[in-house]
Amino acid sequence: MDQFIEQIVTGLSIGSILLLVALGLSIIYGAMGIINLAHGEFVMLGAYAAWLFQTKFGLSLLESLVPIFLVVALFGWVIERYVLSLLNNRPLDTILATWGVGIMLQQAVRLAVGSELRYVQLPPALSDSMEVLGVPVSSYRVFLFFVALALFALTWLLMNRTTIGMKLRAIIQDRSVAASFGINARRVYALTFAYGAGLAGLAGALVSPLKSVSPEMGTGYVVDAFMVVVLGGVQSLAGTVASAFILGELSGAIAFLQNDTVAKAIVLLAIVVLIRFRPQGLFTARVRA
Amino acid sequence: MKSAAALGAFGGAGFPHIWIKNADLARAANGEIKVGVLFSLTGTTAIIEESLNKATLLAIEEINAAGGIKGAKIVPIVEDPASDPATFSEKARKLVVGDKCVSVFGSYTSASRKAVLPVFERQNNLYWYPTLYEGRECSKNVIYTGAVPNQQQDEFVPWLIKKFGKKFYLIGSNYIYPKEENNYCKKLLEKYGGEVVAEEYVPLGHSEFSSVINKIRSTQPNVIFSTVVGDSVVALHRQYRAAGLDPEKMPMASLTTSENEVAAMGGEAAAGHFTSAPYFMVYKSPENEKFVEAYKKRWGADKVTHFVSEACYFQTYLFKQAVEKLATSDLTPPTIRDAVKGQETIAPQGKVRLEPENLHTWLWPKIAQAKSNGQFEILVEAKEWLKPVPYAAYPGQVCTDKGLVEKS
Repeated sequence: MDQFIEQIVTGLSIGSILLLVALGLSIIYGAMGIINLAHGEFVMLGAYAAWLFQTKFGLSLLESLVPIFLVVALFGWVIERYVLSLLNNRPLDTILATWGVGIMLQQAVRLAVGSELRYVQLPPALSDSMEVLGVPVSSYRVFLFFVALALFALTWLLMNRTTIGMKLRAIIQDRSVAASFGINARRVYALTFAYGAGLAGLAGALVSPLKSVSPEMGTGYVVDAFMVVVLGGVQSLAGTVASAFILGELSGAIAFLQNDTVAKAIVLLAIVVLIRFRPQGLFTARVRA
Repeated sequence: MKSAAALGAFGGAGFPHIWIKNADLARAANGEIKVGVLFSLTGTTAIIEESLNKATLLAIEEINAAGGIKGAKIVPIVEDPASDPATFSEKARKLVVGDKCVSVFGSYTSASRKAVLPVFERQNNLYWYPTLYEGRECSKNVIYTGAVPNQQQDEFVPWLIKKFGKKFYLIGSNYIYPKEENNYCKKLLEKYGGEVVAEEYVPLGHSEFSSVINKIRSTQPNVIFSTVVGDSVVALHRQYRAAGLDPEKMPMASLTTSENEVAAMGGEAAAGHFTSAPYFMVYKSPENEKFVEAYKKRWGADKVTHFVSEACYFQTYLFKQAVEKLATSDLTPPTIRDAVKGQETIAPQGKVRLEPENLHTWLWPKIAQAKSNGQFEILVEAKEWLKPVPYAAYPGQVCTDKGLVEKS
């Protein structure tokens, strides 16, 4: 029984990190149809921003979360405005463009701060472990779980309870009709992309105390994040949450019974099989095609 | 004159095409000796290989500043193979065939060494490999100056059993190096009455260790024996610490965690864990003080030296000594190889010697504990240097001119 609880908690912890990373990708992909291959680099930028705020300005990780979000969102806004908006209605070209942007961001970071691995200090208050249902878990991982849920709730509110969210949903349903009602699609897209990028940046900052910070760190996250988004269903926020935790629990359980190598293979296989029979993913939003 | 030399070589060697090519090359023309320096400056392993590039260049600059080798300057030709085995092989070809280097210093991973090996064997050139590795290789075209399993583990494993207990949890990255090291570790555990509670491999670049930590908690080993490499080392240590595990009761014992990895994870995350290696930056010797000081002066006061960069440094001096023994006109990779056999030099770790039988190096094993300031404290020093036995896990095998064969 103990081990069962331990396993559930581990899975939740893996799932919350997946959710953090996938949330931004899900919005950009779902709302704009852009396959953002630079997403991992936004994650990386967030981690570097955390490192920079900590070492240069002496801010703790928690204090610097808002500035990190703003900085990376600004990057996202600039890239949408000056690269992606030039490629309207050419989704295949945006794949290539975001891939190129990703490489440029990696190299820029390497030139600016070098390719050494960096690290971010755990917030002192969260550096110990605590008991959850009798299982010792890193307090920081518990914190990540709640942050992931809070960010999801915030995003849901933005999409469903604000004017800008409503405009975005209108554009998703039919861009030309929305435009004829006076909705400035370009502005809404830029803001959406910036918000998605900012979320990725936050994800990077939040995982940085558990992992290492390097120019290449984002590459691995893109694959994981795409798996979450594809499994969950492209335009469904709820699907993103559900699939992040399903994948977390699944890979945690297989890793416990076997090992992480087997877990990676089986999870990938399971997604391939599922997509074969349910190409739209687990959840689907109603869209007027 | 040139053709006479070629003709002589033609008569003397069984492989005339190789010898004509070598005699044809102006190996030490205009008082210059060209060598290749082949470390990734970009890509995933750049993080560590950059420091190897720096240590190699430092040694070359020092040798040149002291007058070169018998008046000839070493000219390093630096190439960036970008952490990609295919590019390694391409660049190695360029250095050997195009630039006509007499030797190449390079690479960190076994994958990249295996990728360049055919180039050096076909061209009969010489590759100087500084990294600790899994052994089980004997090529007459490679000089190995890093530690092999017996040099890191023979002392380490019994010491760990005595100090902490006999239950070992083996964790490694999923490729050849950790598996071979663990094979050797299991042999030692059997010999000294230890036991394996689990043996597990994570994908290269893995950074989510919560399941592993969960399993460690439920199996309660005395020692976590780690051959995890790269970024994963950082993630493993940081998550171990965040999960509230205690290195005093359950330390990680590693063959791969050097000052370089510790700098990347922060001293706090590394403190209390153990590493076995022939060299640590804090080692007290006049040669090491000189090395550390010169390294910091050349590359920055915040830089660290570690047991792979030290091997880069002393292997360049071994190269110098070998070339010094030769006449300029005889300078070819095979003559350098024959000259380096049995060479000794005082390295920062102590006096090292190149074993003629298998071209690996006699080294000084040390056991050290990481401290929160990012440095190690050396707890055990070998009383004498240790002979390299690259195939110690496989007692039936011997190294011959044709490579590794089973003893009949």
